[in-house]
Amino acid sequence: MAMTITEKILAAHAGREFVEPGELINVKVDVALGNDITAPVAIREFDRLDVETVWDKNRVIFVPDHFVPNKDIQSAEQAKMLREFARKHALTNFFEVGKMGIEHCLLPEQGLVVPGDLVIGADSHTCTYGALGAFSTGVGSTDLAAAMALGETWLKVPESLKFIYTGELPPWVSGKDLILHTIGMIGVDGALYQAMEFCGPAIENLSMDSRFSMANMAVEAGAKNGIIAPDSTTWEYVQGRAKRGYHFESSDPGAKYAQVYDIDVSSLSPQVALPHLPENVKPVEEVANTTIDQAVIGSCTNGRMSDLREAAAILKNRTVNSNVRLLVIPGTQDIYRQAIKEGLVETFIAAGAAFSTPTCGPCLGGHMGILAAGERAVATTNRNFVGRMGHPESEVYLANPAVAAASAILGRIAHPREVE
Amino acid sequence: MELKGKTWKFGSDVDTDAIIPARYLNTSDPAELAKHCMEDADPGFPAKVEAGDIIVADKNFGCGSSREHAPIAIKAAGVSCVIAKTFARIFYRNAFNIGLPIFESPQAAESISEGDQISVDMETGRIVNHTKDQEYQATPIPSFMQDIISAGGLINYVAKRVKADV
Repeated sequence: MAMTITEKILAAHAGREFVEPGELINVKVDVALGNDITAPVAIREFDRLDVETVWDKNRVIFVPDHFVPNKDIQSAEQAKMLREFARKHALTNFFEVGKMGIEHCLLPEQGLVVPGDLVIGADSHTCTYGALGAFSTGVGSTDLAAAMALGETWLKVPESLKFIYTGELPPWVSGKDLILHTIGMIGVDGALYQAMEFCGPAIENLSMDSRFSMANMAVEAGAKNGIIAPDSTTWEYVQGRAKRGYHFESSDPGAKYAQVYDIDVSSLSPQVALPHLPENVKPVEEVANTTIDQAVIGSCTNGRMSDLREAAAILKNRTVNSNVRLLVIPGTQDIYRQAIKEGLVETFIAAGAAFSTPTCGPCLGGHMGILAAGERAVATTNRNFVGRMGHPESEVYLANPAVAAASAILGRIAHPREVE
Repeated sequence: MELKGKTWKFGSDVDTDAIIPARYLNTSDPAELAKHCMEDADPGFPAKVEAGDIIVADKNFGCGSSREHAPIAIKAAGVSCVIAKTFARIFYRNAFNIGLPIFESPQAAESISEGDQISVDMETGRIVNHTKDQEYQATPIPSFMQDIISAGGLINYVAKRVKADV
């Protein structure tokens, strides 16, 4: 029987030949992930179980990234819980400040998730790893606790939606714009309980970083996972990184989809999601008069090397508008060092930006860039809910790094070509 | 078991940041989280909600973050159950795992007004609106999830399995 890539990975991890949408299955997980917000709750639940230790000390991964470097005593206590648990159970993949990164940038970079994997993480953006051709999904802390003990979890096999992207991407349009456009088209519950499979010539031509941005935001359409079949781009990325063996899966020709969408990308503009939902998407031209107080370039959606390169290309020899604070946050320590090597950090600082150690801080209104009442930010992050970046009366506009950089220069939301 | 209480109504796409803003996530203490439950959707909610009250919302309730703090905050605030047209996937899972009953019923979500007195039959998903003298049916809960509930949540369910393996 023909299966989608999602169904194939699920079947393989359930020890089955075949699975179909709607079935409840028990699956082995390759990686279970937690951060400094979700792991403390998971640790407490784990400790209620009568088990000696975690199922595999190499595959339970903790990345304190949300409130680190710790912003206050309470967040320090939470990070300490992770540190102590990691030591007690000899976790090999605990990433301390100075060696860490934003979890969803870090794990693929370090080769800790690979194509064909089944990954669960207590963070909704765990779906990012679908860009590598893995099945990965966000769960809560209690699910993480159970997986930490058993190395297994239960899943309902999702129906799949197929998104076929054709045409050539115009300048300044990237994976972020494709996913914003798609969420704008189907809505924030347009893929509820379903798998989003991204394919077509435009995806085949897409960089790995852009693919990560797309899979990252599948959850913003309510999806269980986003996934892209691995190809030569994936192979190049995984080569030399993968810490384990991997295998490439792809959908069978006769696989069943709940719906198929055809999207021509050739006339797309950079997209902007207006407050307060990621589905409120408009072409950048339509919101170009919107003044901003802050721009943020970073996060698990757009804090990767190509994002920083793109932003730096625009900011080179220019300065940030006097009414704007620009924050630039690399996704990992490796990206940080590479940005220094390439002179990007110098460019950002010379332009008047603040450049930070990796953190999720501003994306979720945690720390480093909280907005006051009435303030407005353009951000390369993934959510623009009420109060997401600070005061409930502040506003977040989501965009790609080039738009965020151009906006920082002009003091209003801008198309990158305006500063070319 | 029957849950009975008065309702608070919310719209579509109530997200986890509205249910419990991230600025309070430097703790996971349920009592602390309850103090800020639904704060960014309705700032007065934590002060006016009473034990046994029921939240009724439109589609995609709990969209956004995986934070289990969201259903924990609702449960700790005394809310007995949530009824919505649909729930976001991770929230749905989390609610069962921590023992917050939730029911999908488009009909109930549309017909119930704020302040209505309703009762919900946990086993059958039958919802009775005493104020309006109406009845609605919620989507049946998969038997697998009922097993988790009857075990007293996922951790107890897993604990049983761990013991069985020994």
